[in-house]
Amino acid sequence: MAAVTTLGYDDLPALLTLLTGDEKHDWSSLSTLDVLWVLYDRVLGPDDRFVLSKGHGPTAYYAVLAAKGLIPVEELAGFGGFGSPLGYHPDRVLAPGVEISSGSLGHGLPIAVGAALTGRRVICLVGDGELDEGSNWEAVQWAGRIGLAALTTVVVDNHTSTYHWPGGVERRFELEGWTSALADGRDHDALERAFDARTGAAPHVVVAEVLR
Amino acid sequence: MTTMRERFYRLAADALEDERVAMVFAEIGVAEMPRHPRLFNVGIREQLMIGVAAGLALEGMRPVVHSYTPFLVERPYEQIKLDLGHQDLGAVLVSTGASYDASLSGRTHQAPEDVAALAALPGWTIEIPGHADELERSLRRALAGDGRVYIRLTQESNAVPVEGDSLTVVRRGTEGAPFVLAVGPTLDQVLAATAGLDTTVAYLTTVRPFDAAGLRAAVRGTDVVLVEPYLAGTSAAEVSSALRDRPHRLLALGVPNAEFRHYGTPAEHRRAHGLDAAGIRASIEAFADRNLVQTRLRSLTTPRL
Repeated sequence: MAAVTTLGYDDLPALLTLLTGDEKHDWSSLSTLDVLWVLYDRVLGPDDRFVLSKGHGPTAYYAVLAAKGLIPVEELAGFGGFGSPLGYHPDRVLAPGVEISSGSLGHGLPIAVGAALTGRRVICLVGDGELDEGSNWEAVQWAGRIGLAALTTVVVDNHTSTYHWPGGVERRFELEGWTSALADGRDHDALERAFDARTGAAPHVVVAEVLR
Repeated sequence: MTTMRERFYRLAADALEDERVAMVFAEIGVAEMPRHPRLFNVGIREQLMIGVAAGLALEGMRPVVHSYTPFLVERPYEQIKLDLGHQDLGAVLVSTGASYDASLSGRTHQAPEDVAALAALPGWTIEIPGHADELERSLRRALAGDGRVYIRLTQESNAVPVEGDSLTVVRRGTEGAPFVLAVGPTLDQVLAATAGLDTTVAYLTTVRPFDAAGLRAAVRGTDVVLVEPYLAGTSAAEVSSALRDRPHRLLALGVPNAEFRHYGTPAEHRRAHGLDAAGIRASIEAFADRNLVQTRLRSLTTPRL
């Protein structure tokens, strides 16, 4: 992930205007924008792996990858086109910089667990609605029991899960042996501190609350 | 005789000497293996099992995933499709408990549709060994590669292994005699069924990719009988495609697509499905007889000039 910074955070709105057509997922996308920026701008190192499990509404993801020079800016306008590498759900085979193909909910976290078993630091982004899928909890349980410290999950919690998580989603992770940190999902400094709060002895979850 | 399953655990333990290899199990089989830092037991979590294998493959490892057939192929089917196939990542899936091996256990532990389900996904190599030696050959080849490979273990076994990985003629009939293709552990039953019948018998263990060229070269008549130890007709379209420009008839034998609500022994199931020697012979004779009748009918109805 040898990113070459070509554009900054303030350029993201302009990049997003190039990505049109998937407006029904605008909120899903925009709720991840600041978390993605903080990850690519401050948190992820060259040997780290980022797994975007929340593949719905990837325009923010593509915009951040373009800002960091991983996707050519000129590809953005082709979003959703037949010959474009950038679809409504990311495809790692097509899109440069995309580390897993996602879109169907509940797949990223188990893959992230497998990658982290090798010792590589892996950060996986999921949505709170996505956590309804049972496959996530297979991963959360097992990663906690084996103390998979190389793994960090960030939950973008925009309260879209119909039945939500009484008492806070972080409690479910803590019960399984994870450390947790909460942050305002729009506050870059708070997000960075939340990622840094991992102890290195257990998997870590950052719950980034982003409300409309 | 060493069972395929016993042979697999021994080979799997040895394979861990290669630092690229990791094993991902979901309880089943763990007790048969020595403890090892790259033997990951995820507990009874089969979706995770496939996802973890994909993550390991993403990091350049060669994961071997093992469980009982329904829990390996059916429960995490979408993970197999997306985490491995769509990600374009490789893994070796090794099932145990084929078709009616778990005859006493009922439908929950039976998945004769395993091969058809995986064959519906692109890019899988599917191996149906009929002997523990053939399993060893398949597994060693799979470990040396980086693709997606499914290896189906079974309690059934032929008495002796067959050399060669492509379609192999094991007994040649007269020119144009019915052609019987036995897959994996059906070979001994097929050889017994066709004893004294003028048939050509061939053998195949790698059913995907299907050896279409081998079939075209070996088939010299019009009648083809396909005998598969899993869902009947699983490879029928492959046979038809291979012979698409030749007039031919196909009889596809295998486990019927039905809720089969019986317990009992594997031998009883085999017999009930018509996959024992007597059942296979009866099916072949009926197939050949109908051919004879139709030939006579054609001769009666063809106008004479």
